[in-house]
Amino acid sequence: MTRRRVGLFLTEEEKFDVIIVGAGPAGSACAYILAREGKSVLVIERGDTPGAKNVTGGRLYTYALELLDQGLHEEAALERKVIREQIMMLSGDRAITIDYHDPSFNEEGRPPMSYTILRGVFDEWLAGKAEEMGAMVACGIRVDELIERDGRIVGVVAGEDEMYADVVIAADGVNSFMAQRAGLIEDIKAETVAVGIKEVIELPAKTIEERFNLREGQGAARLILGCTEGIHGGGFLYTNKDSISLGCVFMPEEAGQKKKSVHEIFQDVKMHPSIYPLIEGGETIEYGAHLVSEAGFRGIPKKLFREGFLMVGDAAGFVINTGYSIRGIDLAIVSGIAAARAVIGAEGTAAAGPLYMEELKKIKLLPTMQAQDGFSDILETAWLYDKVPDLAADVFENLFTVTGEVPGSVKKDVMRLIRSNDLSAWQFIKLGFKGMRAL
Amino acid sequence: MSIDRMSAPELLGLNRFNVDEEEPHIIIDKEICRRCAEKPCLYVCPAVLYKLDKNGEMSFDYAGCLECGTCRVMCKNKGIIKWAYPRGTFGVSFRWG
Ligand SMILES: Cc1cc2nc3c(=O)[nH]c(=O)nc-3n(C[C@H](O)[C@H](O)[C@H](O)COP(=O)(O)OP(=O)(O)OC[C@H]3O[C@@H](n4cnc5c(N)ncnc54)[C@H](O)[C@@H]3O)c2cc1C
Ligand code: SF4
Repeated sequence: MTRRRVGLFLTEEEKFDVIIVGAGPAGSACAYILAREGKSVLVIERGDTPGAKNVTGGRLYTYALELLDQGLHEEAALERKVIREQIMMLSGDRAITIDYHDPSFNEEGRPPMSYTILRGVFDEWLAGKAEEMGAMVACGIRVDELIERDGRIVGVVAGEDEMYADVVIAADGVNSFMAQRAGLIEDIKAETVAVGIKEVIELPAKTIEERFNLREGQGAARLILGCTEGIHGGGFLYTNKDSISLGCVFMPEEAGQKKKSVHEIFQDVKMHPSIYPLIEGGETIEYGAHLVSEAGFRGIPKKLFREGFLMVGDAAGFVINTGYSIRGIDLAIVSGIAAARAVIGAEGTAAAGPLYMEELKKIKLLPTMQAQDGFSDILETAWLYDKVPDLAADVFENLFTVTGEVPGSVKKDVMRLIRSNDLSAWQFIKLGFKGMRAL
Repeated sequence: MSIDRMSAPELLGLNRFNVDEEEPHIIIDKEICRRCAEKPCLYVCPAVLYKLDKNGEMSFDYAGCLECGTCRVMCKNKGIIKWAYPRGTFGVSFRWG
């Protein structure tokens, strides 16, 4: 493999068909298809290895890999296939856990619906696949600038080196300096992103399987509500082969106003009486953080291309957050495929951009994001992040409490609990209405 | 060692860093930070690298940076006068991510 710092002094005559900035899932997927179809491709990655700079939850929905190449998931660097979808609500030291198990998600003869993954491992594997197809992956190089000629992007600058291509593809993630350099986006606004923090906690596979009621190779994905001290956000827990990814996501705007460190809030979550037993005896082996786009469909930049330039994955704002799941890796792969198809199909550099937009529709990415745009409205509801888990726990407490006293009317109790949580039935009706409209 | 509450420096000690001693990738202007009333960076940096010293002055060390970019998007008064990704091969290297 050519994973060294390479000095590339190339002239304009020795140009590549395509230069891709970033070897995340978007960049590598794009490179894979382009190289397979005979294009000369250079992927430039600032990390020492692909994945070295990347942090996710995370899980990958398998359909995206299958779209890249049928059967690819069988050899992919994946952790566990998800068989348990869990939602957890915390209120003080109380907890409610919902566990959804649906065998049809993992029927024999079909690829399982999703897998947990670790990006350090997965990204390196995917970039390796692109290399197998003939793409060149150069790591440890940070792209600094774009080269523009007559209004067209024709290459990139990295340190002293200049490299040229017919098309430059920005696959450089949520903090896309490339798209900024191209003048297609402004600096990101705080209210459109959240910061995710995560510990990877090592545990024997057997222990994980016992604690989560899993068999070998099976995994659980859990979202946690009510663990962010009322800040927009939530927690997540994914079981890997022999580790657990535990993390929290916060709107930084509100965290700043709260004046409590996000690191500290996350440490509280880790020690919660219903979380701690799941990770007890384990050992934290890594601490990571990353931004994630929260803006959904409405946050996609107005223009995703210029002549000689396309944006894919997080750089293009392709993330769906529904509150109970987050999708970005699959959309990154799918958009990488769409960009590759556009470059292959286009006659001349000017045609690639408009064709890319068509491909994004054809591959169902834009329609999917549009269909789920309404979740943004629901997730804006401030009381979702503390009062709803509090109320749910109050109701459960009420249901499960038996002391020998004469119980009150459940209906009256629920109304009293709604009021004592500073909510009104009207707020629920409004949320329900929003929900109906949004979905 | 088992699971316990960990301080940010303890957690950062688990990661692999290759610090660029020659070229800091984040630079702050302490004069601007002194005049900033909110100082959100104190709370939003997952690595807790922004701190107030004994004299109430902002202190910052880029060495344990996780390169998330949160401080940059939150810095309203532009006390962060430079925020770039570290030069190639420098900075944090996640093994698991
Ligand atoms: C806490 C958290 C949890 C998440 N959970 C999930 C989940 O469970 N499932 C899911 O599908 N999605 C999840 N996401 C979203 C998902 O991680 C992203 O959408 C996905 O990683 C986007 O892929 P990408 O290839 O577009 O960008 P990235 O993965 O960010 O890749 C960009 C690449 O470009 C490189 N790069 C950047 N700038 C330069 C430069 N100037 N020069 C050279 N290289 C450069 C970077 O080093 C990086 O390798 C989560 C995100 C976060 C933060
Ligand atoms: S980029 Fe992230 S980890 Fe680095 S100093 Fe800023 S907030 Fe802290």
